[in-house]
Amino acid sequence: MLINKRLILAHFWLAFIVFGAALVLGAWQMFERSPLNVWHLNPEFYYRSVTAHGTVMGYVFPTLIAMGFGYAISEAALERPLVGRRWAWAGIALVAIGSVVAMVPVSLGLASVLYTFYPPMIGNVFYYIGVVLVVVGSWIWVALMSINLAVWKRDNRDKPVPLAMFANVAGSYLWGWTAVGAALELIFQIIPTALGLTTTIDAGLARVFFSWTLHAIVYFWLIPTYIAYYTIFPRAIGGRLYSDAMGRVAFIMFVVVAMPIGVHHLFADPQVGAGFKFMQSVFTGLVALPTLLTVFTICASAEIASRLRGGRGAFGWIRALPWENPIMVATALSLVMLGFGGAGGLINMSYQLNTSIHNTQWVTGHFHLIFGGAIVIMYFAIAYDLWPHLTGRTLDSYGLMRTQLWLWFIGMIVTTFPWHYVGILGMPRRMAFYDYANPAISPQAFSVTMSAFGGLILLTSGILFLIVLVRGQFAPRGEAGAYTFAIPLHMPARLPVALNSFGLWLALMIGLTVVNYGYPIGQLMAVRNTSVPAVYVGASR
Amino acid sequence: MSEDELYSPRNPWFSISVGVTAAIAVLSAIVGLIWLPLLQPDLKLSGIWDAICSAAGVPNLPRPAAAVPPTFKTSNVVVTPEMLTRQDQVSIGRGATLAQRCAICHGPQGVSDANSPNLAGQYAAVTYKELNDFKTGARVNVVMSPFAANMTDQDMRDVALYYAYLPRVPSSQLNPGLPPPAIVVTGAPLRNIPPCGSCHGEIDIKAGSPWLGGQSAVYIKAQLQAFAAGTRRNDISEQMRNIARQMTAEEIDQVARYYEAQP
Repeated sequence: MLINKRLILAHFWLAFIVFGAALVLGAWQMFERSPLNVWHLNPEFYYRSVTAHGTVMGYVFPTLIAMGFGYAISEAALERPLVGRRWAWAGIALVAIGSVVAMVPVSLGLASVLYTFYPPMIGNVFYYIGVVLVVVGSWIWVALMSINLAVWKRDNRDKPVPLAMFANVAGSYLWGWTAVGAALELIFQIIPTALGLTTTIDAGLARVFFSWTLHAIVYFWLIPTYIAYYTIFPRAIGGRLYSDAMGRVAFIMFVVVAMPIGVHHLFADPQVGAGFKFMQSVFTGLVALPTLLTVFTICASAEIASRLRGGRGAFGWIRALPWENPIMVATALSLVMLGFGGAGGLINMSYQLNTSIHNTQWVTGHFHLIFGGAIVIMYFAIAYDLWPHLTGRTLDSYGLMRTQLWLWFIGMIVTTFPWHYVGILGMPRRMAFYDYANPAISPQAFSVTMSAFGGLILLTSGILFLIVLVRGQFAPRGEAGAYTFAIPLHMPARLPVALNSFGLWLALMIGLTVVNYGYPIGQLMAVRNTSVPAVYVGASR
Repeated sequence: MSEDELYSPRNPWFSISVGVTAAIAVLSAIVGLIWLPLLQPDLKLSGIWDAICSAAGVPNLPRPAAAVPPTFKTSNVVVTPEMLTRQDQVSIGRGATLAQRCAICHGPQGVSDANSPNLAGQYAAVTYKELNDFKTGARVNVVMSPFAANMTDQDMRDVALYYAYLPRVPSSQLNPGLPPPAIVVTGAPLRNIPPCGSCHGEIDIKAGSPWLGGQSAVYIKAQLQAFAAGTRRNDISEQMRNIARQMTAEEIDQVARYYEAQP
């Protein structure tokens, strides 16, 4: 039951429009750094572009998807209209205004600080204010999800919360808490410096605050993808979800351990003690567990669907899967990319192995494979699945959809595999230019050229995606029926209260934050004379 | 819905999840804060508390005596972007008079073919800093040091502002079409050399970096060699010494010729 279709559609359209723009920048950046480009440009343009690409792809695009999909889940799973419709419109308005406010100084070259801020670099204050507006807009969504769940629970005391809504609220709580780190950094450190109230900034403390946000934000991006795995995929291929409880356990584990692990981004930073780096490394390892549970459950669900269709044998059932179905293609390709990306991630999270790839292109390859690959391909799937319900029109360009999804997969592999490789060769990230004539760098030229072509393939796929959506918007009217989620093999009639509520898990999340971050942050705040002069980016001299 | 009380040790969901989370936290803390640090002989830890403090990152303040003072004079000039950027006619006039004695090497218009630096149009902060360094002994030159020795701070400001006021004159080697060498536009990232142009103009201008266009190639080359050899050490935080040490002889030649040919 989707009622506020225009609200949801507005989120998706805004998300995919900004995604398209940022994708163009991404493809251009791939070309610009590659040997295909003859050096003729002010490197400043590159950093402007990276800042815009990162800000849009990191803050705006996935947030809008999570919000739009979240509202859709709330209405469809709880089978009641969204409570707080006006607030939801205010939320998206804040995100839209924040994006514009942030992008203007970036375009003018006044805030080329990259989306991770990197103090002591300080850009124009409006960039940070724009980002804060985007986050505040998303916090409205966090509150609305919680309120909608509470309202439903009040009327349905004895029923289990539908898995899709449970996961959706888990994702919103995770985001609500993890965004606090960057918010503290922005409000108490960066914005006062950008306003000129102080001229120094404790860059070490700021980086610790940002790490609080920086890793769990990836799980916030990931949650819609996992919701699609659990609640869209089994239904779309005509099967059943293998286990509803396993899904709840996976999302609960994300809530508890996804956040207090961000210090593994700071393995090379001197301001955090080695002991805390080790502790967070251990918890980072734990985050592999919910993903492994999910891969198992989803493969089992696929097997159920296949055997229902007559699939046989130990592996023969894989062939009997509905490969002509875009959701099937997207999910399979997503899991493959998740596998490769996850394997790389195990190297990133190991305190010792990390030293061989820290700050190299390996890392860029890793997060593009996981986020741009495994996660975003499922955003496409979510859009394809929801579109007929949102527009009231048929979406039947299946051949185009499959081509688009395969191109995205191929493009992402061609982009990120060479990236990983040059990272092992030692190519640093965040650089506008590499001197490929240098004998030390020239062996990387071929791989970088390859990944630039991968970027072009991704751009092609992105254009196809938008074409499919636009065609869907103008297709003949067709009733898509009620929007439903996958039915589990065994529908739980009763659930342990632990799997139906969040209190305990939020307490554990905050408790672990205190254990893993309390001392490092407290110590950095207590030590005096740790600030360094701000480096104002784009300021006139 | 289950009526069991959630927050009770008798509820297995509560006891197991809290217990396992706490156990992992405690175990990883013991390993990370105690066991692993004690395994490292280089840390020279005196006991468990010392290990915990070390691994937790408690700052270990160095004893003041441990700092080694340099055996030579370092520059005491603090350069800021606003330094000496305001034109002051009285100061320029005084500087013009004082600069009479500089003309024999630096030319009556601040330009000469004597392979001494051309000062016409040079940033005032740059000229001021060098005069100051000659006076304090941070930079030593048999000709310049005695000249600077008796100058007051105001004298140095006046001379610097006067030369900044004079128009730049291109050198006799002017050739703006000369393609810039790679080291000027891109530096050499693998050797930690930023592009020359990122401080000395074209890409960006940083406070305290001299304008190099039209300078004598012989002079530029001599200074880079002096930085590399460590015989000139008045660059703040060893910025130029670190760069010059990493440059090849060929790159030094290219840079010197390139900047001489620029306006």
